[in-house]
Amino acid sequence: MMPYAFREALTAFRRTPLLTMLSVVAIGFSLFVVGLFGLTAYNIRRAIEKVEEKVEVVGYLTDDALPEQILVATQEIRGLPEVAAVRPVSKIEAMANARETMEEFRDVSTDLESNPFPASLEVSLKPGSRTPTAVARVAKHLKAYPFVEDVRYGRDWLDKIYLIRQILGGAASIIGGAFALVAAIVIATAVRIAVFARREEISIMRLVGATDGFIRKPFLLEGLITGFVGGILSAVLTYVAFRVLDSTMFRIEWIPGRWVLGVVAAGTAFGFLSSAAAVRRHLRAV
Amino acid sequence: MIKLTSVHKEYPRSGPALRDVSLHVRKGELVFLTGHSGAGKSTILRLVQMADFPTAGEVRVSGFSSKTVRPRDIPQLRRKLGVVFQDFRLLRDRTAEDNVAFALEVTGAKRAGIAQRVNRLLGQVGLSHKAQAFPDELSGGERQRVAVARALANDPFVLLADEPTGNLDEWAARGVFDLFKEINAMGMTVLMATHDLDLVRAHPEYRVVELSQGEIVYDSASTLEGQRSRAE
Repeated sequence: MMPYAFREALTAFRRTPLLTMLSVVAIGFSLFVVGLFGLTAYNIRRAIEKVEEKVEVVGYLTDDALPEQILVATQEIRGLPEVAAVRPVSKIEAMANARETMEEFRDVSTDLESNPFPASLEVSLKPGSRTPTAVARVAKHLKAYPFVEDVRYGRDWLDKIYLIRQILGGAASIIGGAFALVAAIVIATAVRIAVFARREEISIMRLVGATDGFIRKPFLLEGLITGFVGGILSAVLTYVAFRVLDSTMFRIEWIPGRWVLGVVAAGTAFGFLSSAAAVRRHLRAV
Repeated sequence: MIKLTSVHKEYPRSGPALRDVSLHVRKGELVFLTGHSGAGKSTILRLVQMADFPTAGEVRVSGFSSKTVRPRDIPQLRRKLGVVFQDFRLLRDRTAEDNVAFALEVTGAKRAGIAQRVNRLLGQVGLSHKAQAFPDELSGGERQRVAVARALANDPFVLLADEPTGNLDEWAARGVFDLFKEINAMGMTVLMATHDLDLVRAHPEYRVVELSQGEIVYDSASTLEGQRSRAE
């Protein structure tokens, strides 16, 4: 036997299918906007991350640097909190790399008696530490070794990327927050309409001696289910939008699973909370 | 049973609705509450249901006092009251039997017993054959009978009726009132607000309490009442 509250909630869907549909669609579409925004923000973030992965600090070594010194320096630098990996590159490797990547060296370099390429330490940074200050700190550390001749990193573009990232991050929180707020308001309104349509039922329930908790339960359950279905709808809509964009315009990535769960959870929570608020008003009014 | 003692009721915007009203309704009585619109009839019924509370004075209903009742006890009180309104207040999207069953379901009654009980109640009000009808398919008198069946669902100790015949033609009104008489004859207390003076005059055997501008101006039992309270 199904408990009363659950039966009532399902009955409500059957009795007022249009209103229920309206609530689900309202929730679905307002969260769809949030989902689309999430998809955009996520892909921009991924694009920036991909550029940032290339952030690297390279220290060029003098020819008289001893292997033991290089080994010690490698280990010390590896111990820095910002550093993900240190790769020592020998003179021979450097020349091989150059030959491989640069056409013009292929003929010239074999003629050279001595190898003109310096050995180096290539330092890559951890994802959180690809900021101008962290990079500068690592560079300074490298430079402190007497056998490090020169330190290079793309300072100019690093600064710019970092700025863009900051701006986008700020904008994303504000716009995303605004979208989420609008979604919450739309959902609250839709649920309020649904509860308002059943205010008579609420007043009759009170009349015949139903407790507040008893009256509330089916509405809360209804709000919960409506919110959940709306959340699923928004996830489906977002996925459809993603497939269309991905196949027709440009390659993008699908948002992480927990973001999808977040949107569905938000719909469920909004549905539940707005129901609770709306029923509260009516319980007070009677 | 029901006892109002020196009750004042004032609404913030519309001023005093009841002034110094004392009224004692005993078990098994049928009492007409009469008076013009706005005389305070509905206010008394609302106070008895504890949908409202007196500004001063006390309302006692079957062991519940307006002074001490907790909000969460009120549903318990309401289950002991059967209420009928002028506008029936049936749920239009449920059949007659579902409307009656609703009152039982919301009090957490066992489902198994409900159908049987609903059948009996609809039989009592003479509507067994309309159990599957929706309110819109019923006449005014029939709707009010469904409302009465619903009011009786939880075995109340009193039936409160607020202008139960106000929306009915004379024939239907008489039918509904005959039902009230039957219910009263079986021992149930009935408190009925009405401005149908013909109906009141046609039944001199019942007690009449008349209100005017929030005060009791006539009580057919007042002499009796006075003697009894002095004797007590």
